[in-house]
Amino acid sequence: MNLHEYQAKQVLKRFGLPILNGHVCYTPGEAEAAADQLGGGICVVKAQVHAGGRGKAGGVKLAKNSAEAHDAAAKILGMKLVTPQTGAAGKIVRKVYVEAGCAIAKEYYLSLLVDRAKRCVSIIASTEGGMEIEEVAHKTPDKILNVRVDPKVGLQAYQSSKLAIDLGIPVEARKHFVQVVKGLYTAFVDCDLALLEINPLVLTKENTFVLLDAKCALEDNAAFRQKAIHDMMDYDEQDPRDLRAQKYGLNYVGLDGNIGCLVNGAGLAMATMDIIKAFGGEPANFLDVGGGATKENVTEAFRILLSDTNVKGILVNIFGGIMKCDVIATGIIEAAKEVGLKVPLVVRLQGTNVDLGRKMLAESGLAITPADTMDDAAKKIVSLAK
Amino acid sequence: MSVLVDKNTRVVTQGITGKTGAFHTRACKEYGTQMVAGVTPGKGGQDFEGIPLFDTVHQAKKEAGANVSIIYVPPPFAADAIMEAVDADLDLVICITEGIPVLDMLKVSTFMQGRRTRLIGPNCPGIITPGQAKIGIMPGFIHKPGRIGVVSRSGTLTYEAVFQLSALGMGQSTCIGIGGDPLNGTNFIDCLKLFNEDQDTDAIVMIGEIGGSAEVEAAHWVKANMKKPVVSFIAGATAPPGRRMGHAGAIISGGDDTAEAKFKALSAAGIHVVRSPHEIGAKMQEVLGK
Repeated sequence: MNLHEYQAKQVLKRFGLPILNGHVCYTPGEAEAAADQLGGGICVVKAQVHAGGRGKAGGVKLAKNSAEAHDAAAKILGMKLVTPQTGAAGKIVRKVYVEAGCAIAKEYYLSLLVDRAKRCVSIIASTEGGMEIEEVAHKTPDKILNVRVDPKVGLQAYQSSKLAIDLGIPVEARKHFVQVVKGLYTAFVDCDLALLEINPLVLTKENTFVLLDAKCALEDNAAFRQKAIHDMMDYDEQDPRDLRAQKYGLNYVGLDGNIGCLVNGAGLAMATMDIIKAFGGEPANFLDVGGGATKENVTEAFRILLSDTNVKGILVNIFGGIMKCDVIATGIIEAAKEVGLKVPLVVRLQGTNVDLGRKMLAESGLAITPADTMDDAAKKIVSLAK
Repeated sequence: MSVLVDKNTRVVTQGITGKTGAFHTRACKEYGTQMVAGVTPGKGGQDFEGIPLFDTVHQAKKEAGANVSIIYVPPPFAADAIMEAVDADLDLVICITEGIPVLDMLKVSTFMQGRRTRLIGPNCPGIITPGQAKIGIMPGFIHKPGRIGVVSRSGTLTYEAVFQLSALGMGQSTCIGIGGDPLNGTNFIDCLKLFNEDQDTDAIVMIGEIGGSAEVEAAHWVKANMKKPVVSFIAGATAPPGRRMGHAGAIISGGDDTAEAKFKALSAAGIHVVRSPHEIGAKMQEVLGK
C-alpha cells in the first residue's frame, strides 16, 4: 500500500527526520493561505498522487509568493496527471502539498528495501539525486552504492559514515547524514515498510539535509500491526474494482484485454492469463479467488468480471484442491442467473468433486461451454470472444 | 526412495485446533501420513481425534517422536512457530501460512543460520511423496507414485502440472511447493540438488513465477551440475510490471525478473522450457522418449 508524499512525511517526522514545513490543500484558496502561513515567500506546490515523475508531467510548480501558490494550485488541482507510472489513463489530482522552499546545494538519492536474495535490508544511494534511479542504474551502474544491513545487529554507524564518504558528502555535513540514515532505517523497520525512497535527499547551502520528496510503501502483510499507517489508505487512488475484490478476499488486478478470468491460486491465475495470450487473446484481469473461497466469493468475483464493459468473454479455470468444484459451480450458476450472462462463458473444472460440478453446470440451463483442459478452454474462449 | 519425506516421517501439526489445521491434519492422516502430534499452547494433555496434543514442539518431539512439523498458525504468530520448531531441532518444518510480514521472515532466516533444520515455505502447499506421505494442503488423489520430481513456487499450478503428468502415466517421486513469498526457506537449487542425488528421480519439473532471481540462479546451477533433464514453465509472461500478482513474491520490479528474462536463462542452461502451461506434461513425455 502506497502513501502520499505528505503522509510519508508525517510518518517520517515522528522519527526526527528533517522535513520542511508544509500543508495539504484541497482548493487554491487553501493553498494561498498555506503559503502565507509558511511566510509568504518561495514555496512549492506539489500534486499528491500515487505516481513518480510528477515534476516532468507538470504536477510540481514553484511559487514565489502566496498569489503564485494560489495560481499554481488552481492549475494542478483537478488536472489529469499522466506520467510513465500512471499509464495512459493518468490520475486526477485531488489535493496538493504546499511546502516551504529551501536553498539546494546538491541532490542525492537514498532508498531502503528488503533484498530478498541477500536476505537483509539494503540501503541504495547515489550522487545522482532527482533522476530516475532505474535510468541511473542502467546507464551508470557504478554510481549506485549499496549498503547491506546485517539483520542480526541492525545498521551500524560506521556504515553510514562510510556511505557519506563514498558519496563525497562534505565533512561539515557528514554527522547530519549519519543521523538521517539512522532515522530512515529505524522508520523502515518500525513501520514495516516495503520501500522507503528519498529522491532527492537535499544538501542545503547550510550543510544540512532535507528530505525533499519521500515515497513510502507499507508492506501489505504487515498491515495488521501498522494500523495507523494502513488507515492512511487513500481510496480515491484505488481502482474501484480492486477495492470491491479486496472486500471479498479476492486478489484482482485489472488489465486492458477483453477476456475475463476467474481462477483459484495465484500461479494458476497467471498461467491462465499466459495461455489466453498464447492462443491469441488478451486477458482483462488477474483474479485469484483463493483456496478457500465460498459461494459468495465466487458470486462477487463474477459480478466484478461482468461489470467490466471491456469483457467480451469469461474463462473460469478451477483446479479444485481444498476448493470443491461443486461450490464453484453453485457460485457460477447463482451469479449468472442474478447478473445475467451477456457474454460467452467457458468453464474448465478439474479436481475435487469435478463430476458433480460439471453435472450441475450442464443441468443449469445456462449457455456454458465446458472444457476439459487448459488449452481446450483457452482455444474456446479466444474464438468465442472474437 | 524419495526426497525429504516418506512413510517413516512422523509429523506434528502446529495450529492443529484451528479450522485449517484441523481440516488438513484429518486429510493428511486419511492419506496415510503418520500424524503423531499436535501443538496448541494450553491444550497439552488433550487429544485431537486421537492425535495427542502438546503445549510445545519440544514435548511433541520428545514424547511423540515427531521429526517434521507442519504449521498453520496465523500470520502474526507464524514466525514464532517456525523458530520454535527450529529450536526443537526437527529435521524439517513446512509452513503453510500465507501473509507473514517480510521483516519477520528476515528474523527467521537469521535465526536459522547455523542450525540444521530445513524450512519449506512459507505460503506453500507443502510436500507429498505419493503413496507414502502427504504433508500439506494438496489434493492427494491427483498424484501417482513414480519417478518425476516436481518443485514449484505455486500451489494450484503445481496441481495442474501433476495432473498432466499423472494423466500421461508419469508418476512423481516427490512434489515440493517452495512457496510464493519473497523470502522462503528452501529454494529451487536446494530441491534440484536433492532430486539430482535421488536414485528414484529420473527427471524434474520446475515451475517458477515472475519476480525475484531464484529461477535464474537455479538455471546457472543446472547448467553446471544437473545430470537429469529438467522441464520448466514460468508463470506471468502477461503480467504488467509493478503490480503484485497475488503472491507477495510475484511482482516485477527490475528488468531481470520478468518471465522473458527467466525463460531465456533457463533455455541457455539446457532446460526444456515450455511457453504455455498446458505443455508441461507433453514436454516431459517427449524428453523421456515415452
